[in-house]
Amino acid sequence: MSELTRLTITEARDKLRSGEVSSVALTEACLAEIDAADALNAFVHKTPEIALDQAQAADARIAAGQAPTMCGIPLGIKDLFCTKGVPSQAGSKILDGFLPQYESTVTQNLFDAGSVMLGKLNMDEFAMGSSNETSTYGDVISPWRRGNDAANLTPGGSSGGSACAVAADLCLAATGTDTGGSIRQPAAFVGITGLKPTYGRCSRWGIVAFASSLDQAGPMTKTVRDAAIMLGAMAGHDPKDSTSAELAVPDFEAAMTGDIRGRKIGIPREYRMDGMPAEIEKLWAEGADMLRDAGAEIVDISLPHTQYALPAYYVIAPAEASSNLARYDGVRYGRRAKLAHGDGVTEMYEKTRAEGFGHEVQRRIMVGTYVLSAGFYDAYYNRARRVRALIKRDFETVFADGVDAILTPATPSAAFGLGEMSDADPVAMYLNDIFTVTVNLAGLPGISVPAGLDAQGLPLGLQLIGRPWEEGDLLNHAHVLEAAAGFVSKPARWW
Amino acid sequence: MSIDLKTAAHVAKLARIKVEDEALPALAQEFNTILGFIEQLNEVDVEGVEPMVSVTPMRLKRRQDVVADGDYQDRILSNAPDAREGFFAVPKVVE
Repeated sequence: MSELTRLTITEARDKLRSGEVSSVALTEACLAEIDAADALNAFVHKTPEIALDQAQAADARIAAGQAPTMCGIPLGIKDLFCTKGVPSQAGSKILDGFLPQYESTVTQNLFDAGSVMLGKLNMDEFAMGSSNETSTYGDVISPWRRGNDAANLTPGGSSGGSACAVAADLCLAATGTDTGGSIRQPAAFVGITGLKPTYGRCSRWGIVAFASSLDQAGPMTKTVRDAAIMLGAMAGHDPKDSTSAELAVPDFEAAMTGDIRGRKIGIPREYRMDGMPAEIEKLWAEGADMLRDAGAEIVDISLPHTQYALPAYYVIAPAEASSNLARYDGVRYGRRAKLAHGDGVTEMYEKTRAEGFGHEVQRRIMVGTYVLSAGFYDAYYNRARRVRALIKRDFETVFADGVDAILTPATPSAAFGLGEMSDADPVAMYLNDIFTVTVNLAGLPGISVPAGLDAQGLPLGLQLIGRPWEEGDLLNHAHVLEAAAGFVSKPARWW
Repeated sequence: MSIDLKTAAHVAKLARIKVEDEALPALAQEFNTILGFIEQLNEVDVEGVEPMVSVTPMRLKRRQDVVADGDYQDRILSNAPDAREGFFAVPKVVE
């Protein structure tokens, strides 16, 4: 394994600036690791020419001095981001052959900061899934295994390729997106850091839309400090996204003072679920102890509408998806089904969408269509939006009471085996997002920090939830938790 | 609320997704599982609560009503499955 690809962004930044290593050398090392890791199926479109061009340009900028922090850092980009002239399919067959004629704002921001794109990363189709098993490219295989058991495990989803690539040291960091937990759940499953920023912090322009009121891009990194650095480069106001916040991007790294004395950390009692594995409960209690030992005050809090978050999500997200995905009609981009003689435009739509969308995506579009249809709009969609308002109010109440951050488990279990959930009903898979989905509904920042291993040697994560726009403060708490947990485990290389 | 085969077929039609008749019973059952899960929302007292429009309180921004870009027909058509003479081409819509 190349020592270079194991570097964090923070370490690489220092080595690049001191001239100890070049971006080209770093990039070549990553490209070699990627080529040797096809068994993981994380990178689905490799872009070595673009990467080396960008690396050379980055080296020139660094040599000239004054290079931004992310300059020369090789990244993986989730397939959900439109990248100019590079396949961007959102993991879907319906976008076979699609070559965007423009660059998403987040990737453009990263490139402007000098970052290097190694390629596009596998994901659940249209970001709908928690196991990366709904992708047109096939499953991503987690680099982690249960001891000596060779059974393939899920890296989580929907940002499964991003999680896998960072955990397996194929890149220094990756972009992810999070609609109900798609950054934080996979990050927890593979033992890395995943940050979902406040809704509106990163522009959604050029990111293939799933549920526009919930979608948010964020960094998936090896450390909390790396997440702070990378978020700084991704974020910023964008006139092309009407929900992008007109706020200055603070120096997130500078907020990481390591001092959380006197801060109030809430432990929400409603997150203590029936049947929660003892290991998760223990990890959660240990996490609270670590923050207490660092001088924080741990308080019991109540978020009374928590149990209604998932059902509200499974109305709102499919409703928005059914509207957003109406654009895939076989006319303007992507694939069109082969038509029979005499087929009209309606048959073209119906056959194209039946053939191009996978099962889970079809199901969610149809559920969304149903809850928005005449006669059900009030009973389902409007009711869910009201419950969403109450969920947000729950958080506002505890923050108004002086709570600075909320500590919860990131996931209800460690990673499961690929295929193990295939016989379960769809709702069983949805439960993966039980601790993360509230954060999207309330538009808050949330971060998953690796905190321990289970009895089978698989990573477990804890989640911290912060006040809106206070990612710096959230990262500071996460940094303290990370330091106290001291998670250093890496998957043993088998690929 | 229970979804029968006729409703499942109607929803598929509205969504413009072709579902073969033999696939409808399984689809209807999945809908019922998901809707059964969603039914929990009926337990919540939402009296007097406004449906959320935007998670971050903000006024929708307005831009100047001016032409900001355009004039790149070839780029727009470059991803079309069927483009002819500068247009998207589709099967005949009217007789």
